[in-house]
Amino acid sequence: MEHIRLPKVENVRLLDRVSPRRRRVGTLYLTATHSIFVENESGMRNETWVLHSLVCNVEKQAASASGCPLLIHCKNFQVLQFVISRERECHDVHLSLQRLSQPERYEELYCFSYKPNIDEEERRQEWDFLDLKADYSRMGLPNSLWKLSPVNQHYKVSDTYPADLFVPESATPPVIVGSSKFRSRGRFPALSYYSKENHAAICRSSQPLSGFSARCLEDEQMLEAILRSNPRSDFMYVVDTRPKLNAIANRAAGKGYENEDNYSNIKFQFIGIENIHVMRNSQQKMLEVCELRSPSISDFLEGLESSGWLKHIKAVLDAGIFIAKAVAEEGVSVLVHCSDGWDRTAQVCSVASVLLDPYYRSLKGFMVLIEKDWVSFGHKFSHRCNHLVGDPKEVSPVIDQFLECVWQLMEQFPCAFEFSERLLITIHSHIYSCQFGNFIGNNQRERIELGLRERTHSLWSYIWTNRADYINPLYRPNHSQTQGLLRPSTAPYCFKFWSGLYNRFDRGMHPRQSVEDYLRAIQEETQQLEEQLTSHKEKITQIEQEQEWNVTSKETTFDKSPTVWALGNDLGLANTPQDYTGGFITSSPCQPKADSSLILLPKDLNQTSDSNFSNSSDQESGIADVSCRSPLSEDSTRDADSDEAAYSAA
Amino acid sequence: MEFAEHIKTANVEDVVLRQPLHPPSRGTLCITGHHLLFSDREESSSRQVLLLLRNIDAIEKSVENLLGYPGFFSNAGHSERMSGSSGTITIKCKDLRVLQLDIPGMEQCLNIAHSIETLSCLDSVSDTYPFFYRPTDLSLEDQWDLSSPEKHYSQMKELHERWRLSSVNRDYLVCASYPPAVIVPHSIDDDTLKKAAKFRQGGRFPILCYYHRKNGMVIVRSSQPLTGANRKRCKEDELLLQAVIDGSDKGYIIDTRSSQQAQQARMTGGGFESKSCYSRWKRLHRQMERGKSLQESLIKLVEACGDESHNMDRWLSKLENSKWLSHVQTALSTAGLLAECVERDGHSVLVHGSEGTDCSLLISTLAQLIMDPHCRTMEGFLALLEREWVQAGHPFQHRCAHSAYSHARLQQESPVFLLLLDCVWQLWRQFPLALGFSEALLLRLASQTRRRPNTLKRFRRK
Repeated sequence: MEHIRLPKVENVRLLDRVSPRRRRVGTLYLTATHSIFVENESGMRNETWVLHSLVCNVEKQAASASGCPLLIHCKNFQVLQFVISRERECHDVHLSLQRLSQPERYEELYCFSYKPNIDEEERRQEWDFLDLKADYSRMGLPNSLWKLSPVNQHYKVSDTYPADLFVPESATPPVIVGSSKFRSRGRFPALSYYSKENHAAICRSSQPLSGFSARCLEDEQMLEAILRSNPRSDFMYVVDTRPKLNAIANRAAGKGYENEDNYSNIKFQFIGIENIHVMRNSQQKMLEVCELRSPSISDFLEGLESSGWLKHIKAVLDAGIFIAKAVAEEGVSVLVHCSDGWDRTAQVCSVASVLLDPYYRSLKGFMVLIEKDWVSFGHKFSHRCNHLVGDPKEVSPVIDQFLECVWQLMEQFPCAFEFSERLLITIHSHIYSCQFGNFIGNNQRERIELGLRERTHSLWSYIWTNRADYINPLYRPNHSQTQGLLRPSTAPYCFKFWSGLYNRFDRGMHPRQSVEDYLRAIQEETQQLEEQLTSHKEKITQIEQEQEWNVTSKETTFDKSPTVWALGNDLGLANTPQDYTGGFITSSPCQPKADSSLILLPKDLNQTSDSNFSNSSDQESGIADVSCRSPLSEDSTRDADSDEAAYSAA
Repeated sequence: MEFAEHIKTANVEDVVLRQPLHPPSRGTLCITGHHLLFSDREESSSRQVLLLLRNIDAIEKSVENLLGYPGFFSNAGHSERMSGSSGTITIKCKDLRVLQLDIPGMEQCLNIAHSIETLSCLDSVSDTYPFFYRPTDLSLEDQWDLSSPEKHYSQMKELHERWRLSSVNRDYLVCASYPPAVIVPHSIDDDTLKKAAKFRQGGRFPILCYYHRKNGMVIVRSSQPLTGANRKRCKEDELLLQAVIDGSDKGYIIDTRSSQQAQQARMTGGGFESKSCYSRWKRLHRQMERGKSLQESLIKLVEACGDESHNMDRWLSKLENSKWLSHVQTALSTAGLLAECVERDGHSVLVHGSEGTDCSLLISTLAQLIMDPHCRTMEGFLALLEREWVQAGHPFQHRCAHSAYSHARLQQESPVFLLLLDCVWQLWRQFPLALGFSEALLLRLASQTRRRPNTLKRFRRK
């Protein structure tokens, strides 16, 4: 709180980015965690909340007659432009926000003060939601080829690696330790993905400290052990994800890459993915294109091209495809590394896993994948995402690129993923928001030292509780195309600009209708109606039973007290029809026809949506939906009579 | 049949067909008056390709007299027959398919190539396939009344008070490219129309194409007025336009040329409606690309798509360089402007460019699609195309004779209709629930117009 110089500023204008003449006037509040802009016009209380930890930079621009502009760039690509009438106030807000958005210690982060209404027991259970050991046993590990190694318990061999690691059965602790001494930051080759079907594996490590001529016997043995853990194959790939030039330059610093002559039966391959600095600049350039006010097609395409962003995305995906094909089609194990093995290696391994295994394309599997390849293997989230004030050269959108690769795949395989774009965007914003403890710190050891499991909440269980929001209604796990290895096309025109993420807050740029939302609504409705149907059926059988029972009981008790029984019977009958109508009225307005179609529909969700689409009146309501959101406001042009005529004709 | 004289070799065995993303297959090639037929004659999973010759845009042939044949099929029997001479024909279709045929025997190859070249661009319309196409389950009578001005008029009762159906163009004498019946203001008699038609290029006087039910405003389209360098006037034309906005204070003219282009058109006898003569009309100029440069843009786009280097930067710069998306953007924003004039401002609009057969149709169609939900249904959309393109006289045969691959650079060639389909596709991307038809219809339309551009139109002229 001591950093807030000015908790409340009146008469602030928030400009619309697309059309700056549209502005909202209101009050800006600064709290310990959020900046809140409250619009105080027209009775409607419209609030904009911005988390301090999402603020990327705050820029005070030259004051003009109308006031002093303050430009706020957020890490989730939101851009806010305030105009504060008094320069002094603007100055204070600027300084406060600058300090608040750049915490110096972990303890200042939002996750430590985020206290949703969840009791301690439940909070602890949140962290047990994902279990990486379960994922390894899903892959069939440990088995006769791979074992869980205790060598890195207490993070003694490599402080950036997780404690639990799988290594080849034949790799003894001295070999592992020896190998780790020959690798940057001690990150020795360890298992990332194992294919049950053909025993091929993806391993990851950091670069070897080979310099110009150094060798390490243990490291050579380690690779030999990996090769031997794949009994059907007589060679393995070693993939260096760096451009060759960068790798050669590293040799001068005593690092470098494997010499094919020293290792038996390896095929060495460079895949040129640029380093974190190139990626940071590229994203910066791309974001400048996003921020153009009304770019022409040429401005946009030229800007996109010169940013090189899609080129880099393609490079990451190309590398993932290479590895996935080696594993699935050739049955050959792959060792992947870059320099330190926590940026490009994480990207490439996780992209390959998504391509290879349908499990990682499910909602839970995707969370497991991020937890495994990114969080546990020590992607430096806090450095790369600038959680604390630190070296700006360490910042890089490495995980953004992974999420985008997955998005590009979703565009090519719309039925292959259980989750929707919304999940990627939510994960993206929480990686930066620091609201949950999952992505705080740079490696497992730091996370344990910070006591994140004890003090913060987990994003994964939050997503799981709200999973209905993230489900892709088009998901068809049984579709032949979505099973096994995905074979995406990498022709340049398959790579699209992801406006859903980078222009997330520019509402005007998005499609005016969402097929996904529509399908989701239909699914929900169908489900509700199905539930109703079963409950009604239950009621019917219940009534039938009652009546039967009444009849029999009447017969037996008729002599004793006929009036009482008759009364009870009447009441029962009187109640039920009302229940029926009551039930129908509360359901959706178009229930009669949906009800009738329900009977025709099999349980398959996609079929349901298809037949609903062909249902003419549903389509009509869809069109009505469109028009009211259209910029040209053609809704008012719609004439109910003509519409009906058209549809009856059709 | 007279086609036989163009076919010297009708059958060739052992032809290898190669297509991108398909494994090559070996089979028999046949050529008929209208089709190229390839069949691999396999019992199981037989592959056949039936290609309409009219669909072929360009062919490239190369013959070689070498021994041996480096191919996928290297078993002894075949390679022996192959030795000698062989030829390769690459066929580039108007629907942007590319096929490669490896034909054994130089002579056969040259014969086939010659037949394709001749038969794929027959000049006489009545020799083309639609006149020979006799599907068993369709009769000719009931297909051609999808939409007509008569039907359009009778469907809109609101219109009858101020507009009438005129048969001034009964024998296509007033305007060769208009249908026999047109909708015009009630107060204008046929003689006035005839005089007004003389003042418009190609006789395309202003006629109604859309009536906006909500506020009674209309879209009218025509060709440019023939004001010429000495600023000629035509009283009847002014009367006609006055009658269009009868009762309202203002109308807009959307000219699909820049004002500079419109000025220049006066030198060649064309021109624009000047403020002094048409005082109630406000002109808006929106420059839209047409003709040759649109064709070149498409050629560049297709070339960019065919680039096999898989280089991201090159793709983006080639895409940008083709300017195709800019044309799409201009068309959509001009149509949006037109819709805003009618819907938001509540004014009638006259649309024209120079000839009034290309860009004017493009934006009037798009504007109707934007404003009228009925046009977004399957039936409504087809009726819209029938009305606004076929009957409104878009010269399909000239515009779609060739596609992006052809080396014949014809002056008349222009993919305006394809641009329309692309714009509709873009609308569908933004409003995926708004259209009663899918991408498949657009693709079908795109390939059909390329293959037999003259089908629809010819019948009307009869």
